[in-house]
Amino acid sequence: MGFEKFLFYVFAAITLFAAGMVITRRNPVHAVLYLVLAFISSAALWILLEAEFLGIVLVLVYVGAVMVLFLFVVMMLDVDIATLRAGFIRYLPIGALIAVVLALEIFLIVGPANFGLQQFPSPVPAGPDVSNTEELGLLLYTLYVYPFEIAAVILLVAIVAAIRLTLRRRPDTKYMDPAKQVRVKKGPDRIRIVKMPSESAAVPAVAASAAPQESTE
Amino acid sequence: MQGEFEFSAWVPALPEIFLALASMALLVAGAFIGNKGTRVVCYAALWSIAVTALILIGRDWGRSLVPGGMFVMDSFAGLTKLMILAGLFAVVAMSIRYLHQEQINRFEFPVLVMFAGLGMMLMVSANDMLSLYVALELQSLALYVLAAFHRDTAYSAEAGIKYFVLGAISSGMLLFGISLIYGFAGSTNFDMIAHRLEDMEAIRLPILVGLVFVLVGLAFKISAVPFHMWTPDVYQGAPTAVTTLFALVPKVAAMALLIRVLFGPFAAMAPDWGQIVTLLAVASMIVGAFAALGQENIKRLMAFSSISHMGYALIGVIVADEGGVGSVMLYLLIYMVMTAGVFAVILSMRRDNLAVESIGDLAGLARTRPFVAFAMAALLFSMAGVPPLAGFFGKFFIFVEAVDAGYYVLAVLGVLTSVVAAYYYLRIVKVMFFDESAEPFDPNKSLSGRAVLFVAALFVLTFIAWPQPVISIAYDASKALFIQ
Repeated sequence: MGFEKFLFYVFAAITLFAAGMVITRRNPVHAVLYLVLAFISSAALWILLEAEFLGIVLVLVYVGAVMVLFLFVVMMLDVDIATLRAGFIRYLPIGALIAVVLALEIFLIVGPANFGLQQFPSPVPAGPDVSNTEELGLLLYTLYVYPFEIAAVILLVAIVAAIRLTLRRRPDTKYMDPAKQVRVKKGPDRIRIVKMPSESAAVPAVAASAAPQESTE
Repeated sequence: MQGEFEFSAWVPALPEIFLALASMALLVAGAFIGNKGTRVVCYAALWSIAVTALILIGRDWGRSLVPGGMFVMDSFAGLTKLMILAGLFAVVAMSIRYLHQEQINRFEFPVLVMFAGLGMMLMVSANDMLSLYVALELQSLALYVLAAFHRDTAYSAEAGIKYFVLGAISSGMLLFGISLIYGFAGSTNFDMIAHRLEDMEAIRLPILVGLVFVLVGLAFKISAVPFHMWTPDVYQGAPTAVTTLFALVPKVAAMALLIRVLFGPFAAMAPDWGQIVTLLAVASMIVGAFAALGQENIKRLMAFSSISHMGYALIGVIVADEGGVGSVMLYLLIYMVMTAGVFAVILSMRRDNLAVESIGDLAGLARTRPFVAFAMAALLFSMAGVPPLAGFFGKFFIFVEAVDAGYYVLAVLGVLTSVVAAYYYLRIVKVMFFDESAEPFDPNKSLSGRAVLFVAALFVLTFIAWPQPVISIAYDASKALFIQ
């Protein structure tokens, strides 16, 4: 128990420190990297709570996929820190006041009296043969199948949203359709043979009309 | 719970299941036909919404739950869902022509409207904090995209971004509140929370902290002051068809959700949340009335108008009994009809094939189009609460309930602010009837727009002749919340 508690405090401290750094760093890339640290240490906290599946998913999905994309966006956007911080000093006093009052109020009511260890005794640790993933799946597909399905619809809407807001076809851009290129046949698609009566004088316009059709694609 | 999957247990959610499947089918169909088929998809969407409404009407409206207890169907949800579906139908019908005129005729529009409608229907049936949250997110996400639907204009993009960022903050507040409530009550289920609150007095105070955050999140959705800042910008920036949707449907759904949360799990704490809702109602009435006075853009004006209407409706919530909720439902019903009519006129405000939105553009409408001007005047008088019209009865029942319950100050304040609000409604009437004629609008070819305007004006004018059926529908529906 002792070592576990020690680990908990170490990871909790790292999480808090990293979360604080996320919102105070000037460089957004650093902030994102600290966010990765916060995610990884909270994944460790979850593993300490025997929620191995959630911990690993947090690392895989958030750190592996979401944060990497986030990093790309942050690096590409070239965020201007100066404008972001323009009103910071002006709003600091009132913001800090509200934050302090809010934190105090919440602490008074939600404090150790209500959320202490006496109120929430530690659950009995599960045996080694209990599969975390299986338990989660059982709950997710039975008791919580209703919100689970709605979440699926939300994801569908998110896909539609992303496509609607970003996909644009510009009529003036030229693009190639590889499918059409592949389907081209040797004979009639590439060359058109035009029968011409033979003439003595060369007429340049005739050569132009016999140009290959393919170039318009 | 781990038995066989039985479809019969899910029958209470049949309308929603149908609407979800229909939206997905239309999405696939639209992806194949492409944007040429927007009109077809729109008509199919109208049919799907109508069939959903028929399924809903055919169902038994007694209280029933689905497995897991996260979805409840009762007559309160039934009436609200019918109102939502009617609103969706009107919006899709009126926007077909608008989408073509504005060249945003993408097939995603009706599909997103249907998904938003699905989210709203699930919202009013929520019986668990978890299902409340996911349903709210479903409708919000669809609405964010709709606000930015005309994304080539800066206004629409701005509306989308603003709505999204502020909506995300309010969702965060809501989730924080839900987590606190879960921590103290030990359950997210509404019935369980109600039981715990009755059994244990000690957890009421800490749960109140959570409830405050939940209320902030919901107040954002009904745009009650001081969480209204997004409303004018989003109403003005979004394409008018989408503004119509915003004004008509989500307000009703969010108000119904607010009522369900307050009267379901937190009924025992009515005196506590009553104070918070009083603050919201008073601030909404005052800000809605005074901030609208200087508006020149009619969409922006309607935004402030909707804020003040939500303030009046909240008075009925404060009364906190069966009659109070009944008067809110009646108010919302009348509000929907009036707003639909007004937006039918706003959608027809086009000159040289460009949409115009300023109040001055309505000048002399009485000469160029007397019938439209007359109908619009009736609707505006009704919104202002002038006696023989429907809007008067909406306000009247709310104030009567407030006086009955002893909330004299609120009732007086409501009357005073509606006098202030009357000024800006009557100003539009004055512009239409007495100002020098502006150029006439393009001829309005939209059959659905004219139909909506006609029905709305007829309802507003003849409500006094047959008020009883509508009133009893609204009051009967609210009884469901008080049978436990």
